[in-house]
Amino acid sequence: MNAPGGAVAVRIEHLIVRYGRALALDGVTFDLHFGEALGIVGPNGSGKSTLLKSIAGLLTPASGEISVLGAQPRDVPPGALAYVPQIEAADWSFPATVWDVVAMGRFPRLHFWQHFGISDRDAVKEALQAVKMYELRDRHISELSGGQQQRVFVARAIAQRPRLLLLDEPTTGVDAETEEALRRVVRSLVDDGLPVLMTTHDLDRVGEWFDRLLVLDRKVLALGRPEEVVESGAYTSIREHAHTHGHVRMT
Amino acid sequence: MDALLVPFQYAFMQRAFVAALAVGLLCSIMGTYVVLRKLSFIGDGIAHASFAGIVIAYIRGFDYYVGAAIIAVLTALGIGFVHRRGNISLDTTIGVLFTAAFALGVFLMSRLKNYAVDLQSFLFGDILGVSPKDLLFIGILSLLIAATVVVLFRGLLYTSFDPVVAKASGLHVGTIEYVLLVMLALTIIVALQSVGIILVAALLVTPAAAAYQLTKRFTPMMVLAALLGITSTVGGLYLSYFLRSSSGATIVLLATVLFFLAIGVKYLGFGRSA
Repeated sequence: MNAPGGAVAVRIEHLIVRYGRALALDGVTFDLHFGEALGIVGPNGSGKSTLLKSIAGLLTPASGEISVLGAQPRDVPPGALAYVPQIEAADWSFPATVWDVVAMGRFPRLHFWQHFGISDRDAVKEALQAVKMYELRDRHISELSGGQQQRVFVARAIAQRPRLLLLDEPTTGVDAETEEALRRVVRSLVDDGLPVLMTTHDLDRVGEWFDRLLVLDRKVLALGRPEEVVESGAYTSIREHAHTHGHVRMT
Repeated sequence: MDALLVPFQYAFMQRAFVAALAVGLLCSIMGTYVVLRKLSFIGDGIAHASFAGIVIAYIRGFDYYVGAAIIAVLTALGIGFVHRRGNISLDTTIGVLFTAAFALGVFLMSRLKNYAVDLQSFLFGDILGVSPKDLLFIGILSLLIAATVVVLFRGLLYTSFDPVVAKASGLHVGTIEYVLLVMLALTIIVALQSVGIILVAALLVTPAAAAYQLTKRFTPMMVLAALLGITSTVGGLYLSYFLRSSSGATIVLLATVLFFLAIGVKYLGFGRSA
């Protein structure tokens, strides 16, 4: 089913997520549309990663509704949703080259009797070229910089040819060249109609990255066009609040 | 020259070599997952726990493979459950439950009036005692495990590297983990006969760990692990004939020599090129 541009890709209503007794998300409601890049900003512990994991079906919410591509998060068809976690989560000593990791993006759609064919190789090659990592395809993943590792993870997600892309702080700790390469890739995917949800704790250039910006601190504090949200000061106020009170919450 | 072929003259030795080949292949293929997923302690735990199954099977008078296999598979599923729940530390669970299962086995055995079961052969294996029926059992399990690895190859690879993203993109990570643990349990049962409870964990880890030193991609690692595993089991069995030594111990020591050779080769600069 090819939803038209602008249709709802992800619908979240009154989402509540708990870790034990700690409240990670407290009544979050918003929609993500096809062909839209939605940025999520918020301080550490504001529930950004929790929100993405809930949509990816990695966490079970305490209550509320999540509809992903018209289905429950765990009933989304294999390969339809691509999730890019923070790079620290992976085992970079695993015996795999850059190519091998990006090729994994094709696995969810392949049945065991299906050969890894020309269309799969083309998808991997295109994804590697899009993030400017094709020349390093034979390099072992332990020999990459942080920015290169991030690009490999994004390439794996692109090679999957998903219908929804979730990115968890892909710009954290990467060089300016990587950030620009990732921004171009994400923008071109969005222009082709892909819905993208991405967390960041960086307010610089949000206008170039996103169509809308959501300020999260367990609740939705602001949601709108990036310039308006930045001007409203909703994010700076919670950042200062978190700073002065120094409270620590679970991410 | 004929003297070197002496071991192959006897039917029991021929059976032992076929068993060694199968065990070397299976253990090192499964060992690739054990090493990359850091499951070696689990392999050790399953091997020890299955001892209780062997003794119970002996007392009840049914095939000890069946007893060991039931206990080993139940143990593996139990580990999977605890691991996925994540409430209790896995190390602690294994440390408590599997030493207890092993102790239960020794306890039951020690109370038997005149036990004909040789404890030594369970602890250190008795590959020379492989019967045609054992060989059939080993063959069936080997085919089953090999077929499962082929069917689940991509899923096992993806979930070994990045289970979280694999799950998010729609792979059935939980099912794959349970299947892997059951395959691991069955591999251990196959290997018990040849190397015994004490040494089976070594055969699961050492060839794959040696291959890990020398390769930088998954499939070459698995192929090299299989070659090193077969070399260890077949070569160790062959050497043990001339050294008049325990076959299980000789197999594991040969695997260990190959492991240190692999480290040597790596530091001489030939490693991670495949």
